[in-house]
Amino acid sequence: MTNIVLFPILIPFFFAIVLLFFKENIIVQRILVSLGLALSLVSSIFLAYIVHTDGIQTVNLGSWAAPYGISMVSDAFSALLVTTTLIVTFFVVIYSFYAIDEGRERNYYYPAILFMITGINGAFTTGDIFNMFVFFEVLLMASYVLIVLGGEKRQLRESIKYMLVNVVSSALFVITVAYLYSIVGTLNMADISVKIAEVDQPGIITVIGILFLIVFGIKGAIFPLYFWLPSAYAAPPIPILTLFGALLTKVGIYSITRTYTLFFVHDVGYTHMWLMGLSLLTIVVGCIGALAYFDLKQIIIYNIVIAVGVILYGVSLMDDFAMAGSVYYIVHDMLIKAALFLLIGIIIFVTGTSNLREISGLMKQYPGLGWVYLIAAFGLAGIPPLSGFIGKLLIVQGSFNAGHWIGAIAVLLSSLVVLLSVIRIFLYAFWGEPKETKPINRMQYKKMMIPTTLLVILSVVYGVGTEWFMPLITDSKDVLLDPSLYIDAVFKE
Amino acid sequence: MKTNDVILQTTTKVVFFIIFIFSIHIFFAGHYTPGGGFVGGLLTTGALILLLLAFDLKTVQKALPFDFMKVVAVGLLLAILTASWPLFVDLPFFTHAFDDFNLPLFGETSLHTAMLFDLGVYLVVVGAAMTMIQTIGGDT
Repeated sequence: MTNIVLFPILIPFFFAIVLLFFKENIIVQRILVSLGLALSLVSSIFLAYIVHTDGIQTVNLGSWAAPYGISMVSDAFSALLVTTTLIVTFFVVIYSFYAIDEGRERNYYYPAILFMITGINGAFTTGDIFNMFVFFEVLLMASYVLIVLGGEKRQLRESIKYMLVNVVSSALFVITVAYLYSIVGTLNMADISVKIAEVDQPGIITVIGILFLIVFGIKGAIFPLYFWLPSAYAAPPIPILTLFGALLTKVGIYSITRTYTLFFVHDVGYTHMWLMGLSLLTIVVGCIGALAYFDLKQIIIYNIVIAVGVILYGVSLMDDFAMAGSVYYIVHDMLIKAALFLLIGIIIFVTGTSNLREISGLMKQYPGLGWVYLIAAFGLAGIPPLSGFIGKLLIVQGSFNAGHWIGAIAVLLSSLVVLLSVIRIFLYAFWGEPKETKPINRMQYKKMMIPTTLLVILSVVYGVGTEWFMPLITDSKDVLLDPSLYIDAVFKE
Repeated sequence: MKTNDVILQTTTKVVFFIIFIFSIHIFFAGHYTPGGGFVGGLLTTGALILLLLAFDLKTVQKALPFDFMKVVAVGLLLAILTASWPLFVDLPFFTHAFDDFNLPLFGETSLHTAMLFDLGVYLVVVGAAMTMIQTIGGDT
């Protein structure tokens, strides 16, 4: 199977096109979208298995040899991220059957999700820097549709902000790629890495490295560039917010990780110092935001910012432990953030408000929701048997190994803040005297709980069964820390 | 008072076909000379816009009863299927095939599957541009 690398990209794309023919038929849309996502999930799990047994998989589109055509490269890191993306999307789509209104479903909601998944999986898999730009645009345009779909006043305002920021960052992306192309004369990522190693990263390449940090930092919301994220993400309905929060910033993180481990590895003292400083500041602002708000959505949204900081801090250390920790943590974060957003979506559904001060005593009426939320909250904070633990442990270990005790302490303190922020939701919303709430459809509540609970269970399995996933994570870490593995895989034969 | 644009409408009836045929020419010329699916598609849209200007939205929709979103979908489908056929013969995705054929009317002709992909691009461009114009121009 030459093309197994492409199936997680092609299947959602194909189903998105087919869905365009069934605009009015919601039942057919629902069946096709779940079928498409299930098929792509199976193919991505198979891909991850192949990558684990046979090493890095590449395919040169159109049979053109490596630096001349577009190469798609799937190493363990990208296979893991692609699989996680599809898992999260699958559950979110099931959840949206019960959480999204019919008007949105009728107006290309599912095709837009599938196009976005095409873009995300493509960006994770591509081995060509300009192709990565194209996939970024695919996912961004689909996300523009999703953020504005429904046309509420708030969505319109925030979508303008979101689009402006992303158009500027995309233009900067093109300019940066143009600079890079004018110096190294190639767009293939493995070839760029070889060429940069040949000239030993002169100053201009370091400048381009920082420019890439700015470009991907806007997408991935690192410290001074995260300003657009909190309000923009709060505008669309919960399932869309979940997809954005769990997936979109991770594409930025992936791109920073890829470029900073494959291209700019010859002046680590300078480029990675910036990455480290900014990621620590990202953790700090995320913590401030997570404590400052009494709004369910905002608290979890600022937790995204904290996670971005923690993952990138691990990457910036360029250390065996810390890199494995970052890879582990990014997968954990995608699962648990998705679960948390779906959970607060249910809280908002049963109470009709996202203001924490107006909610109390849900434990009496909704004990299931309460316990699942508590497990997810502990998982997010990293209480030992759950999935947030190992990643942070490895990052902290790597940090102490490298002698960066300030960073290690910052990561540990951020865990406390994360725990405080999510437990505050638990204390305010679930404890205390029950308040009168409007009667809700119990059946719909139960149906919304099913995909959410399954996601939480998955994240628990990911934490408890760390040993099963560790081989893949070690593979990812090896490729990230040794670019020659990646280069040899692309230039095989 | 209703303005009488008989000159505009008559010229349009002639000019439309010239622009349309030119767009088809540009589309087919793309492999060896400047042109291709994108410009061809835009030129076709240009011809359709001329119709929209000379007549009104309803008349044009009656003359061309397509749902242009479906045209986009057909174009995408054509493009992805053209690119996907190598999946079934275990070649890398997007591998194109071409050969020379001796066709009855055209003589010695080089046929290339890249043209089918371009046809997909052409349909997507026409469909997307027309959807935008009809959505902005229409009442709904």
